[in-house]
Amino acid sequence: MKRLKDIASGIYIGLIGVLLYAPILVLIVLSFNKSRMRVKWEGFTLDWYYELFSNNQIKEALITTVVLALASAAIAVLIGVPGALGIHALRKRPYKAMMTLTNIPLLNADIVTGIALMLWFVHFIPLGFGSVLLAHITFNIPYVILSVLPRVQQMNIATYEASRDLGAGPVYSFFKILLPELVPGIISGFFMAFTMSMDDFVITYFTKGAGVNTLSTMIYGQIRKGIKPEMYALSTLIFLVVSVILIAFNALSDRKKTPKKNIEERI
Amino acid sequence: MSDVILTLEHISKSFDGKQILEDFNLEIGRNEFVTLLGPSGCGKSTILRIIGGFVRPDAGRVLFEGRDISMLPPEKRNVNTVFQKYSLFPHMSVADNIAFGLKLKKKSTSYINDKIAYALKLVNLEGYDDRDPLSLSGGQQQRVAIARAIVNEPQVLLLDEPLGALDLKLRHEMQRELIKIKKEVGITFLYVTHDQEEALMMSDRIIVMNKGIIQQAGDSKSIYDEPQNAFVADFIGESNIIDGIMVRDLLVNIQGVDFPCVDTGFGENNPVDVVIRPEDLEIMPEGRGYLTGRVISVIFKGAYYEIKVLVDDYEWMIQSVDPAPVGDLVGLTIDPDNIQIMHKPVRDDEEVARDE
Repeated sequence: MKRLKDIASGIYIGLIGVLLYAPILVLIVLSFNKSRMRVKWEGFTLDWYYELFSNNQIKEALITTVVLALASAAIAVLIGVPGALGIHALRKRPYKAMMTLTNIPLLNADIVTGIALMLWFVHFIPLGFGSVLLAHITFNIPYVILSVLPRVQQMNIATYEASRDLGAGPVYSFFKILLPELVPGIISGFFMAFTMSMDDFVITYFTKGAGVNTLSTMIYGQIRKGIKPEMYALSTLIFLVVSVILIAFNALSDRKKTPKKNIEERI
Repeated sequence: MSDVILTLEHISKSFDGKQILEDFNLEIGRNEFVTLLGPSGCGKSTILRIIGGFVRPDAGRVLFEGRDISMLPPEKRNVNTVFQKYSLFPHMSVADNIAFGLKLKKKSTSYINDKIAYALKLVNLEGYDDRDPLSLSGGQQQRVAIARAIVNEPQVLLLDEPLGALDLKLRHEMQRELIKIKKEVGITFLYVTHDQEEALMMSDRIIVMNKGIIQQAGDSKSIYDEPQNAFVADFIGESNIIDGIMVRDLLVNIQGVDFPCVDTGFGENNPVDVVIRPEDLEIMPEGRGYLTGRVISVIFKGAYYEIKVLVDDYEWMIQSVDPAPVGDLVGLTIDPDNIQIMHKPVRDDEEVARDE
């Protein structure tokens, strides 16, 4: 009976794994396929990777994507952290209102956000890298707020008062005592914002204007002309990078969660 | 008091329209151990926070050695605080926690190291320099907090229920140690607690507070033996508080019986409150003593028995080393010295505190 249960649960998990990862596996395999055809395996090659790295258009898009993700995540942190502190200081009712406002961009359909931002941007600024950056900052801020806010709520105000009591000014006390307690939240907020920015297609597509391409918009443009195997190689690389970041991040936060064992000693 | 270090003048404070303190006045002498004692919400912690600079009073002044410090931020005041709990900086070692104030004052490294060693020795934590504060027990954390405050050589140390989070045995140990530390460093301690036993044991002077108003101030013995109103009598230790009529000086009528007492100045035939501590009542065989009643319960409490005797409709509480059989009729007697007469409460803060 127990064996049967084990087998059933094994099959179930296996099925989920296959359904989730088989398509990605196919993509990875195809990126090493000599044939341009998707149905035939004609031997192993790294040609597509060579072509990928010799393609200036792709290189440019890659740089744009990374710079955009780093910059928008960093600026979102600079805006989101004070925002989380401010929201925390609100009374109950305005607090709820602010949290709803913060959640709306997360739940709102990307297409709505994208078109709405585009409408604004064409009025005030030329579409280009600047407008994409602004758009990414906009949708990144809620992620930062949501990952920093729990830390702010756990923040022990007594340590801030102790610091003031021991002779430190308010600014020094904030940076030296309170901010370090927020760092894990800030880091996870930054990474979340970074991946969201890397990942975004719809909003970028509507706000980018001509001449600027991120990886996702560039791939989309290429696909319209027919899929080239370089795209498999590129997608494989993106998948690997994201996986590495994810695994590293999980390992890091696991270590944070289990600090040195509390040694309770009776005096 | 000739050498006053800290003066509170006409302090008032309200939060969200609720009056916490009203015209509060207090003088604290150099090297005194003063305890603010009262139930939670009585305003005692607010006073500490006003002195520490974390709360600004609506009215009134705080004078430190005669100088008005009411408007100074916490970092500019020559007082330090030991907070209730968990105020250590979690991302710094024990030594770095203690050195925090000294580094801000730009003291030399050798001076700081000497101070850390001295302070850790003072609080019995030698060798704990590199420990992570979160790895310490609650009692150890509070010792580090005390060390961290003391190294700055404040003239006044404010302690806001520092032992409140500790278990009973550890609390007793820390109380004795605090007295030792106080003797060693020779500075003024202003201590806040709701634990009357703690206050009685440690303080030179106790300020009993309720609803933001001082009910009684004095040394431990006078507070315990001569409570001035029903609130103090009830809050400090257990007591029988019963209506009486002051027949004349030195004679009070309780439950229709005249008791000789030692109080004077309450007029003639005036209603008063009478306080009798449970340990001062003595059980006699039936027919002797002033009162006669029936034993309705006996509870063993370790060091003594707690006995309840019903006389008319009042339950007297008696603490005695000898039990009495439940259901028996007994007599009760008391020494005139141990009868404490108080005026009837005129304001609600003087009344016995009830759970709301």
